Amino acid sequence: MCTVCGCGEGETTIEGHEHDHRHKHEHHHHHHEHGHAHTHDYGQGPAHAHAPGLSQARMVQIEEDILGKNNEYAAANRRWFAERRILALNLVSSPGSGKTTLLTRTLADLKEELPMAVIEGDQQTSHDADRIRETGVKALQINTGKGCHLDAHMVGHALESLDPEEGSVLFIENVGNLVCPAAFDLGEAHKVAILSVTEGEDKPLKYPDMFHAADLMILNKTDLLPYVDFDVDKCIEYARRVNPRIRVLQLSATTGEGMDGWHQWIHANRQLAALGS
Amino acid sequence: MHEMSLCEGIIQILEEHASRQGFSRVKTLWLEIGTLSGVEIEAMRFSFDVIKQDTLADAARLEIIEVPGKAWCLPCGETVEVGQRFDACPRCGSYQLQVTGGEEMRIKELEVE
Repeated sequence: MCTVCGCGEGETTIEGHEHDHRHKHEHHHHHHEHGHAHTHDYGQGPAHAHAPGLSQARMVQIEEDILGKNNEYAAANRRWFAERRILALNLVSSPGSGKTTLLTRTLADLKEELPMAVIEGDQQTSHDADRIRETGVKALQINTGKGCHLDAHMVGHALESLDPEEGSVLFIENVGNLVCPAAFDLGEAHKVAILSVTEGEDKPLKYPDMFHAADLMILNKTDLLPYVDFDVDKCIEYARRVNPRIRVLQLSATTGEGMDGWHQWIHANRQLAALGS
Repeated sequence: MHEMSLCEGIIQILEEHASRQGFSRVKTLWLEIGTLSGVEIEAMRFSFDVIKQDTLADAARLEIIEVPGKAWCLPCGETVEVGQRFDACPRCGSYQLQVTGGEEMRIKELEVE
């Protein structure tokens, strides 16, 4: 087990990341002992009454976020991205929304224009990373094992091996899950939620945390709209209920319709990332 | 949602504080959980009972303080209480709400020995 960060537990595997934790952990050196702990001895006096016979009991005020540790790693990742002017995007969706198809199409379309890299998160297999590598873009697979989401710590380790180029766009394809990844900041600039029209238009209401956390919603598979019962306007209205600031793009990664808007969005945000933090 | 991994995080935090502040057992643990945090309280209790086995908290009692969801309503210009992210403002019915509270997931206090 890593003595610096305590990792190596569970079943997470990261390509290129051997579990010999002797190599440098740059992003780990931010374990600030945050949160001010105050100790109150309740050994005597009236407070003692609620713990009769246990004079050593005392109260410790911690006031620490349960996700504090993840947030520290995320902040370290965010600094790392800023120093290298990398635009990091966290792609989240249900399984089967077409995330990987959207991604491979995007990489194929933009690889002459932009340096890009991909971190793939799945419970098992490296199928997705293999699909990405076929486009010629470098990709690294994280298998979360039993885990249902990527966390900032896994991504930090992945960055060491992947080493994305300065000024590049890093796509982090999260585990297909609209619940847990909402709470785990990875240090990304934006969460992008992908929803396909073969799903229900009320998903933003069913999974409000995710659509609240996302800055952009992509409605994918619009080429199938004539065949499915999906109300686009209603879907957008629902998304804005949980997140009035959310932007929406409609496209089909299969036919290419609407991909221009997505490319422009990436270019614009990359320029912002290039300005530094 | 991911109550299991949250509980693992809690135990980690407790262990850090134990070595720093010189306690070996946690008797009671107070958590603040917001209505909008996405945490299912019952799942949290269940997960905690599983995860706490063979740790410094294996006999710990879990006390959860629920924090109501609060949002700033733009049209009303006031803070209102909301139960869900997609709730309309209970005063004016608008969805122009900015969540301001109820997203907490914190360890507040411990009784230790």
